[in-house]
Amino acid sequence: MLTINNLHVKLEAEDKVILKGVDLVIEPGTVHAIMGPNGSGKSTLSYVLSGRDGYEVTDGSATLDGADILEMEPEERAAAGLFLAFQYPVEIPGVGNMTFLRTAVNAQRKARGQEEMSAADFLKVIREKAKTLQIDADMLKRPVNVGFSGGEKKRNEILQMAMLEPKMCILDETDSGLDVDAMKLVSDGVNALRDAGRSFLVITHYQRLLDHIKPDVVHIMADGRIIKSGGPELALEVEQNGYADLLAAAEAV
Amino acid sequence: MARADLKLDATEARIATLDLPKGGTWITAARSDALARLRAMGLPARRDEYWRYTRPETLTQADAPAAALFDSKEPQVFDTVDRLRIVFVDGVFDAAASDDLTLAGVEIERLETAAQADIHWAKDLYGVLETRGQTPVDRPLAALNSAYATDGVLIRVTGHAPKPISLIYTHKSEASDAILHHVVRLEKGAEMTLLENGPAAARFNKVLEVEVADGARFHHIRAQGRDHERRAATHIFARLGAESQFKSFTLTVNGVLTRNEAVIEMTGDDAVAHIAGAAMGDGAFHHDDTVFVTHDALRCESRQVYKKVLRNGAVGVFQGKILVKEGAQKTDGYQISQSLLLDGDSQFLAKPELEIYADDVACSHGSTSGAIDMDALYYLRSRGVPKKDATDLLVLSFLAEAVEEIEDEDLRDEIVSRLTGWLARRGG
Ligand SMILES: Nc1ncnc2c1ncn2[C@@H]1O[C@H](COP(=O)(O)OP(=O)(O)OP(=O)(O)O)[C@@H](O)[C@H]1O
Ligand SMILES: [Mg+2]
Repeated sequence: MLTINNLHVKLEAEDKVILKGVDLVIEPGTVHAIMGPNGSGKSTLSYVLSGRDGYEVTDGSATLDGADILEMEPEERAAAGLFLAFQYPVEIPGVGNMTFLRTAVNAQRKARGQEEMSAADFLKVIREKAKTLQIDADMLKRPVNVGFSGGEKKRNEILQMAMLEPKMCILDETDSGLDVDAMKLVSDGVNALRDAGRSFLVITHYQRLLDHIKPDVVHIMADGRIIKSGGPELALEVEQNGYADLLAAAEAV
Repeated sequence: MARADLKLDATEARIATLDLPKGGTWITAARSDALARLRAMGLPARRDEYWRYTRPETLTQADAPAAALFDSKEPQVFDTVDRLRIVFVDGVFDAAASDDLTLAGVEIERLETAAQADIHWAKDLYGVLETRGQTPVDRPLAALNSAYATDGVLIRVTGHAPKPISLIYTHKSEASDAILHHVVRLEKGAEMTLLENGPAAARFNKVLEVEVADGARFHHIRAQGRDHERRAATHIFARLGAESQFKSFTLTVNGVLTRNEAVIEMTGDDAVAHIAGAAMGDGAFHHDDTVFVTHDALRCESRQVYKKVLRNGAVGVFQGKILVKEGAQKTDGYQISQSLLLDGDSQFLAKPELEIYADDVACSHGSTSGAIDMDALYYLRSRGVPKKDATDLLVLSFLAEAVEEIEDEDLRDEIVSRLTGWLARRGG
């Protein structure tokens, strides 16, 4: 269970406050969606949770199954079961995709005191998962994300998620840049991972993704806060009317 | 006193401490010619154009600065490779530690033995390729080598060498000053792999002259010794015939001072020359690659790929030139030199040069200096890879373009395992 309490975050380098008191509880087995205008702090929330440098938590807390994740190194958060599918996946020239994934899988297993996966087992599993995401052998061999199309990068993120089997998955605009078929593919990939022990936080601008990945709860983030939470119908409302009414209502409070 | 006079005085002072080795007619002539060349140009000094970034004093002074011996716990590089071993201890051939100098399709002879003859095939190459490499840039340490080298190997390859010839240099005396000179001649269509490894001496001056005749292929993989305090000035002079191939890779980890010069002349059409280096330095480490590739024929391809990883004040230097002579049309020349600076104390100095006198050529060069990509590091860590491992992975990926120049997979793995070992021994 991910519990975020009154989280305040500013940039380390300048006096710019981005998150201004975020509260969020994500129960195991549930899917939460976050929508919100550009620049409202959605990606920042995902970065702060996964441990990117450059942010300073000035107040509040975030725990995963009771453990304070904000105190952990990024790799410890990953080993604890947190995963972020990046809005902009990073290119790493010179590191093969397959090597990268194997290193990651085995590092996490090691951190959890499990035995490393043999090369043969790993190959078998990754081939199978890559196939369902229509990632071909060539993409597995190529350097991580280098020269991948926007959609390929996003599928590659989901492949990593499938291999690492995290319990808390954060997807930051995984639908952006995907064509209709790829969106279906990626959603199927995500849905295949849904189970009672695994939760999702899906950041998106579009209702369409939520047709495929049905959320239990939808949150609206604006100016560093969650200003409204509701059921799937909230996403439909945003799709139809935009954010103006919601923002005005929040102002009025 | 004028600068030129000072230089000549310093040169004479150095020469006074050396003895010209005795030998037969051919070598005596070659040595006295080399001595005349050295006297004419003088030893390198700080203001010389190609010595601005590397101080030559410790390489030119009369005595070698002492270098502590380094006891590596790991097995030597190439130990698992099936090869013909030729061992030099502090620059002296060690027959007992070496294999028999016999290999199908190859003639191998010690320089010391060959020097006693009055005529020898090496006459056409010994000091000859070195002399060609003295224009337009002086390489006085190479002339000194041709004059005073006491030993080395002369290798003539007529067929396909069934296994690599491996020159193993051991360092056993803290004050040793070794001068070795090797000559390799690959006859038409011949092929061989030359391996070199080890620190050789407290101070090592080495020249390797290689003639690659038409259609021949020469592969060279070298791992310079890990002794922290050793110094080395090495030269490769290569001349390439038509459709020949020359591939050379050098790994350098540690060593207080290393200057590796390579002078490659492509004289036959459709020749290919690739020269690459990966260097990793931590602390007292100064590594200089000075490369000169001349295209003097049609459709030749050359690649220079140099990568350096530097930390704790280590210094890297790259001076690389591609010269395309008039008429060398369809030349394909590539040069890249890059450094990865792991902290703010380290330094990379680069001087890439292109000089082109033909109009139908494709030449590109680039030089960069950068730090670890923080986004890539975060991305790897967010997938669970610990910081140290993630950094090492990025260092290896930075070096990959150079290491991939090694064609043979086993030898490449051998080099990669040295790199990972070096990284593993270091903290985060
Ligand atoms: N490193 C940074 N330097 C300067 N400003 C930053 C930095 N990181 C975030 N911001 C600012 O913080 C605000 C929130 O950014 P964030 O990326 O979290 O928004 P978002 O909700 O994900 O937007 P989008 O929907 O466009 O992806 C923006 O105004 C952004 O410009
Ligand atoms: Mg965003």
